[in-house]
Amino acid sequence: MARRYTSKLTWDDVTPEHLYLNRRQIMAGTGALLGAGLIGGQAQAQDLEPNTWEEITTYNNYYEFGTGKDDPARNAHTLTTSPWSIEIDGMVDNPGTYSFEDIMDGMTVEERIYRFRCVEAWSMVIPWNGFELADLLDRVGVQDGARYVAFETANRPDEMPGVRVPVLDWPYREGLRLDEARHPLTLMATGIYGRDIPNQNGAPIRLVVPWKYGFKSIKSIVRITLTDEEPFASWNQANAREYGFYSNVNPNVDHPRWSQASERRIGGGLFARREPTLMFNGYEEEVASLYEGMDLEANF
Amino acid sequence: MIATLNQTIRKVPGWVLYIVGAAYGAWLFYLGATGGLGVEPIEALEHRYGKIAFQLILVGLAVTPLRQHLGLNLLCWRRAIGVLAFFFVLAHFLVWAVLDVQSMSRIWADILERPYVTIGMAAFLALIPLGVTSNNFSVRKMGAAAWRKLHKLVYPAAVLGAVHWVWLARGFQIEPLIYLAITLTLLATRFRQARPRVAQSRA
Repeated sequence: MARRYTSKLTWDDVTPEHLYLNRRQIMAGTGALLGAGLIGGQAQAQDLEPNTWEEITTYNNYYEFGTGKDDPARNAHTLTTSPWSIEIDGMVDNPGTYSFEDIMDGMTVEERIYRFRCVEAWSMVIPWNGFELADLLDRVGVQDGARYVAFETANRPDEMPGVRVPVLDWPYREGLRLDEARHPLTLMATGIYGRDIPNQNGAPIRLVVPWKYGFKSIKSIVRITLTDEEPFASWNQANAREYGFYSNVNPNVDHPRWSQASERRIGGGLFARREPTLMFNGYEEEVASLYEGMDLEANF
Repeated sequence: MIATLNQTIRKVPGWVLYIVGAAYGAWLFYLGATGGLGVEPIEALEHRYGKIAFQLILVGLAVTPLRQHLGLNLLCWRRAIGVLAFFFVLAHFLVWAVLDVQSMSRIWADILERPYVTIGMAAFLALIPLGVTSNNFSVRKMGAAAWRKLHKLVYPAAVLGAVHWVWLARGFQIEPLIYLAITLTLLATRFRQARPRVAQSRA
């Protein structure tokens, strides 16, 4: 039951890598001379360009490996990703421990080029490979009455130097409402650019919810629980005033400590211009109906 | 050992420090512009400048206790350390305002609405008169006592700077708390000394 969602961003939009690198160099060289009139067009063109492999894999928030943006790329090689298994429990017909291979067996892995917006007001465009979470939920059989899906990241002090420090209440946990989890945009990602997802990006399997701030897209998942109660979410628990359970990308609701109205696309260099943040990160058409009648300022 | 160190320190004039400090700041900017600071150079440069500024302020605050407790004399470098700290704060502010936030209206909004920015701004403002009066002419004109009093503004500026950093961290992070602890310790050495003097005057 794959391909329920087709991205408007496709590989046809992608500039061939050599041309694209060339253009970056030209843009970097002339960037300082460009007038304001040209900047808008440049931002639009960038909209369709996935970030480079280097950008996607060297600038990460994965606090289990350190709080610096370059810490995960440096430290995450210690994570054992094979063998890997996910415990699926709670209100499901077929609970159990599923190996990574079991889960992937029969899944249709698709390429999805999604915008990625961090709560810290930076963003990327990432060509993920993965399958729809709905397919996995269908396979394990969600029982009537289940309303939420809870997720948990691996918690391995011997492999993750960051969890020795109580930056958050480990293990990292996140949750979605069941209709959000079943939405065709919601992806379980196992690759980037057609390659296995690197450890610092959440190997071997992570969630991607492109209309929510990045921290909702939990990495290196070891447990999925179907439940009828709103699940524990790590950042929400750490600071509920700053990180709501929904955490939908919303340029009109600021983080208490900074504005969410604009963002900086990674890859623009030292003189990158800010770009306006889009409602639901540009996926308003697809997901706004999930929140019909909800006050998005109260349920941020 | 300390005597040799003190001799060496005296041999290196302050202007050498200015050149090294300015060159390091410029080098970081060059790295940022050419990809040497990673894929998000604006944030990287902003944080590097801010951290260097704060470290220099702490070194400046350490000069007196180091001399009193270890006999290490960095006095002849203190002005250069302070002025360099000010310039790195200025560079930190400029990267934030020009490259990061990018518009006057957003700069104002941030200063007024975001407490950690307000606090950082207050620290910066407190340091401006110190930067301006860091010359022999000002010391003469103001008189040494008034000058020293004015330059005690570095104490609140250091605390505000530390709180600024602690406040902007996401989650419970150790590094800014360590810096806050060092700041408070360095300031505490001053107040510890003040007490016996008060006691003597009462006696």
